[in-house]
Amino acid sequence: MDLLDFARGPALTTALSVFAFGVAWRLVSLWLLPWARDPSARREGARPAWIGAVRGFARHLWPRKPFARAAMVTTVNGYVMHFGLAIVFFGLAQHILFLRGLFGLAWPNLPSGLISGVAVVTLGSLALALARRLTDPVLRLISTFNDYFSWLVTFLPIATGLLAVSHLGAPYPTLLAVHLLSVSLLLIWFPFGKLMHSFLIFVTRGETGITYNRRGVVL
Amino acid sequence: MSTSIDLKAATRTFLAQTEGHLATYLEGCVHCGACADACHFYVASGDPRHTPAYKLFPIAKAHRSHKFPFGWFGFARPIGERDLREWEELLFDTCTMCGRCTMICPMAIDIAAIVAGARRAFVAAGLGPPDLLAAADSSRDHGSPLGVTADKLRERIEWIADDNGVTIPLDAPKADVLLTLSSVETMKYPKSVAAMAKLLNHAGVSWTLSTKGYEATNFGYLAGKGDIAKTMVERIVTAAGSVGAKTVVIPECGHAYGVLRWSAAAMLGRPLPFQVLHISEFLARLKRDGKLRLTPFDEPMTYHDPCQVSRRGGATADARDVLSGFARNFREMTPTGDENWCCGGGGGVQAIERAAPLRHQVFKLKMDQVERTGAKTMVSACSNCRLTMDESKAHWQWQGGIDSLVEIVADHLVEAPRQSR
Repeated sequence: MDLLDFARGPALTTALSVFAFGVAWRLVSLWLLPWARDPSARREGARPAWIGAVRGFARHLWPRKPFARAAMVTTVNGYVMHFGLAIVFFGLAQHILFLRGLFGLAWPNLPSGLISGVAVVTLGSLALALARRLTDPVLRLISTFNDYFSWLVTFLPIATGLLAVSHLGAPYPTLLAVHLLSVSLLLIWFPFGKLMHSFLIFVTRGETGITYNRRGVVL
Repeated sequence: MSTSIDLKAATRTFLAQTEGHLATYLEGCVHCGACADACHFYVASGDPRHTPAYKLFPIAKAHRSHKFPFGWFGFARPIGERDLREWEELLFDTCTMCGRCTMICPMAIDIAAIVAGARRAFVAAGLGPPDLLAAADSSRDHGSPLGVTADKLRERIEWIADDNGVTIPLDAPKADVLLTLSSVETMKYPKSVAAMAKLLNHAGVSWTLSTKGYEATNFGYLAGKGDIAKTMVERIVTAAGSVGAKTVVIPECGHAYGVLRWSAAAMLGRPLPFQVLHISEFLARLKRDGKLRLTPFDEPMTYHDPCQVSRRGGATADARDVLSGFARNFREMTPTGDENWCCGGGGGVQAIERAAPLRHQVFKLKMDQVERTGAKTMVSACSNCRLTMDESKAHWQWQGGIDSLVEIVADHLVEAPRQSR
């Protein structure tokens, strides 16, 4: 078994299993905790809880006016990075083939040149996020191993993927194997670090939306 | 540094707080640091340690150290004495639980709720600012944080009634409305007590104060002493029950409203047997019902939103309903309403003497806000905000006026007050 076989086979299979079970465990472990009930009287006229959850989610999609200036770099860079990741992951023909193999679903791909451009922008966005984390006094103070390692495992698949499609630095099979191994690393780390925010964001925003809606706070 | 710290008690209490809501919040933080710019303490001091997300580190650490897999296999260290000593000041002195950080947080994490839970763990460990803890103990032992016993209350009420020529029913056998007081008002702003009495009498409300439960503030909650918090709530429940009140009115105190309106039922484990209204909500209802007849207030003024009434209470519109058409020269601050800057003294911080220099720095934000409106007076519906701001006003020798909503409204009543039923 060569490196590519290992990356495509046992490594990816194991990583996908860890990802699936890990994410399920993280969510179930939270769900199984006792959840405090709120017996306070809802404000008269408060909308149903699900509307509060949806509004709570929507309210935090963009910073309010007083915070716009302070949060602008974080927000815009965050959107660039997340949309970049999504476009690269769901738009590249090879990724769609891989996903079709897993789920049986397929959709039209985007041009590879465009994907490469988006990947470069995404890498730039990740670089900016890291630079801020290393230089901003607040971010430096609150950053932990989780933050830096999560950054690394997000950066590597984009960087190695870009090298693979560009055939730069090594034979293609090697580049592809390294790319797949970096994806495996991402998948294995995902449930244990802060990348779980991809799922938890729906819970936290929803929770706060429900609480504030109950109180009659305009969301 | 000689105080012994009970790490086990702290950890146990931390973990007891991390039910589903808080655990999800703790696990959801992405350490983006956005919350710093929403926090008045960070903005005033520039100290990164005042970043709200940083204040959650000990409780997050305790949670992590007991969670699979890192905690189980020893990769996540438990909290230590250093964590608790370093964070005590951050959790008590530099957080008013105003909730402004939640507004900017991309994950919408309710940091104030976590701070409230974390404070309980610090107190369980034997930590916490002595003056704040003493205020809580005084509430339990004497009835109020400022030592207003039932006898002292009778004395003060009699004096306030005489001094202001107003009827103040105390321990009436039956009443529709139980009015509660903040001891800040009873002792430092007696005119506010007289103003509320004038307004309720004017509107013909059946109301009373009760020596069985009169203190609206809940320093048990603010100091992380759950047993005292519950005792304070139970006193009000008993008082309301004894007079048959269907409504309990919270005076000008933001946290008193937040605790009784939104947290008290959870403390008791059952819904409260009455509705809870902040005085600004109650006045807005009276005005809507045509029970307040007012002459206009023409002085240029602005309104400071108490965080627990507006941002976290949902009653932002009520004070404005009261001011609408009455305060003809009302100017909003920028930002205002739910987005307003906190006074810097909520969440018990006002009672912490060592926090005074930082509070004064925070007040600069407010001075700037008010001056930009051109208003001569800043009115608030929270005596704790008012006290915090009055102290800082004196510190900076600021010339702006600070007043109370109930007082300006009571000063502009049209006709002679009716007698309460």
